[in-house]
Amino acid sequence: MALFTRTPVAPLEYSRTLWMRLWVGAVMVFLYAPLVVLMIFSFNDSKRNVVWRGFTTKYYEKALGNDQLVEALINSLTIAALATLASLVLGTLAAVLLWRFRFPWKGAIDGTISLPIIVPEICLGVAFLMFFAAVGWPTDLVWPFNLGAITIAHITFCFPFVTMVVRSRLASFNREQEEAAKDLGASEGQVFRDVLIPHIKPALVAGALLAFTLSLDDFVITYFTSGPDTITFPVKVYSMVRFSVTPEVNAASTLLIILTVILTFIALKAQGVKAIAETH
Amino acid sequence: MTETAKPIIQIQNVSKRFGKVTAVDNVSLDINAGEFFVLLGPSGCGKTTLLRMIAGFELPTEGRILIDGQDMAGIPPNKRPVNMVFQSYAVFPHMSVTDNVAYGLKIAGVKGSEIKDRVAEALDLVKLGGFGERMPDQMSGGQRQRVALARSLVMRPKVLLLDEPLSALDAKLRAQMQFELSELQEKVGITFVTVTHDQDEALSMACRIGVINKGEVAQLATPSDLYEYPSNRFVADFVGSVNIFEGKLTLDEPDKAAVDCPGIGKIYLNHGVTGPHGADVWIALRPEKIYLHVPGEGKAVRAAAQDAPDGYNFARGKIKGMSYLGDITLFEIELESGARIRVSRPNLSRHDQEDFTWDDKVSMHWRADSPVVLLG
Repeated sequence: MALFTRTPVAPLEYSRTLWMRLWVGAVMVFLYAPLVVLMIFSFNDSKRNVVWRGFTTKYYEKALGNDQLVEALINSLTIAALATLASLVLGTLAAVLLWRFRFPWKGAIDGTISLPIIVPEICLGVAFLMFFAAVGWPTDLVWPFNLGAITIAHITFCFPFVTMVVRSRLASFNREQEEAAKDLGASEGQVFRDVLIPHIKPALVAGALLAFTLSLDDFVITYFTSGPDTITFPVKVYSMVRFSVTPEVNAASTLLIILTVILTFIALKAQGVKAIAETH
Repeated sequence: MTETAKPIIQIQNVSKRFGKVTAVDNVSLDINAGEFFVLLGPSGCGKTTLLRMIAGFELPTEGRILIDGQDMAGIPPNKRPVNMVFQSYAVFPHMSVTDNVAYGLKIAGVKGSEIKDRVAEALDLVKLGGFGERMPDQMSGGQRQRVALARSLVMRPKVLLLDEPLSALDAKLRAQMQFELSELQEKVGITFVTVTHDQDEALSMACRIGVINKGEVAQLATPSDLYEYPSNRFVADFVGSVNIFEGKLTLDEPDKAAVDCPGIGKIYLNHGVTGPHGADVWIALRPEKIYLHVPGEGKAVRAAAQDAPDGYNFARGKIKGMSYLGDITLFEIELESGARIRVSRPNLSRHDQEDFTWDDKVSMHWRADSPVVLLG
């Protein structure tokens, strides 16, 4: 019934105009069609991943049974977790420092802190390769210390993103809240813990998500900094794809996508979608 | 000085400079324990800087501030026996009302059971009993201000500082809060120091008012003294509405004085002003202290003559502007010399506003004790 009693389209109600709907639809297709295809073909009962030959889950079993692939995944998740944690601390401190204090060379530091975002990844990769070679970084450490070089590299390009997100959140902070807390007896540390951290919490969640996904799927820099025993998931997938794109790769990728979606969902749920949207 | 009027805050020769700008210029004033003190001044006059120096958020460039006899130099805001209600209220948005009010007590390490009692007591005091579980974004501006008040009062400070506490409220609520703040202050007996640019607010709430202009204290007085006996042109003009005429002091004896104001006429006072003879002075005359008459009645002249010699405290003019405000009507009257005088007239009956209209010829008189002679 309601279907036939539509109100006319209001002037600014773009989401109800035909051309806008077509446009949004097209964007969705371009964005998600490849992912959907990847997921569908992970169930394809064929060695060569071109034609649909029936449903199977055997490639999931195969992927999960592939020790090298599982090891690479565990490496990736470990690196991502460590890099996220370190980036959060480092990025937040940098943001607070730049927001709160005045000091010599502030402008220069402010400008260069986002350099790892701007510099082409390939350059960063080469730079890290040369750096770790020059300092003689050991390559024969036991797990998880053998992931050190990659983790350090990941922190370098992840923490500026955290800084950016946190800074934009800090801009909306009412300094009177800080003063109010001090007025009530709070020390600098207590102000930070009780007033500032709660205010930037949505930015911390957003920054952590950003850092985690950036680290998890980084290929170029990782490729240059990984040793012989430190294969990460994207690097492993790349080496598998060099021979042929098997449904095994699809299955592993699908698992990774699902994992990322679940993580994002949890983070959004924990924080409230609105709060995260506020940071941008 | 008696025990009851002991100064809780002593501001001694305090100056504050931000670079080349002098925000507070050699201010000295005492604020007594238990009084409701208001710092009144136009925006940018330095009154908020003064308040922030008492709280400890700014440090004086010169001079010193004593709270309860103790020099506050080197004592950070979190260690001072004062609490502040901020202009934006600065209620912590991520904490419930209870947590907001309990925050200072928790920091101070007060026992849990005592915190509970004191928070409940403070919330009752500001009429927010039962709102404890609310979050700040579920409250109106007025309610958030009450939370900020409770959060400060629960600390039982020696002095409560309020920075423009009513500026963000609408007119009705503001009038109500003025009464409530005065009431609250009497109830808790804590010294309140409020900063405001709103003269009505200052007059209605304060025990004493310090008018601040360009970083200096222009006058320190009770509300009625401030209004009826302004000590300079700035105060006369800033507090209330006023006519200011420039003139020369031609007569100055213990029981009478006269000022000759070009364009207005001779103004007679029934008291001496002890100013230098022939000096340039200013006359401040409040619009409500001028009586308006239809000419030809002869009443004005007779009324004026009762306490002033003939030809004094009397003027004729034409109504050039009128604004009807309900309770009063404001008139702007142009004299023959071209000078303009503002007169307000209470509408004592429902037809009073029909007595006069534009371009009516009118005469005015005022009593000999109404004009205030200002030397500066």
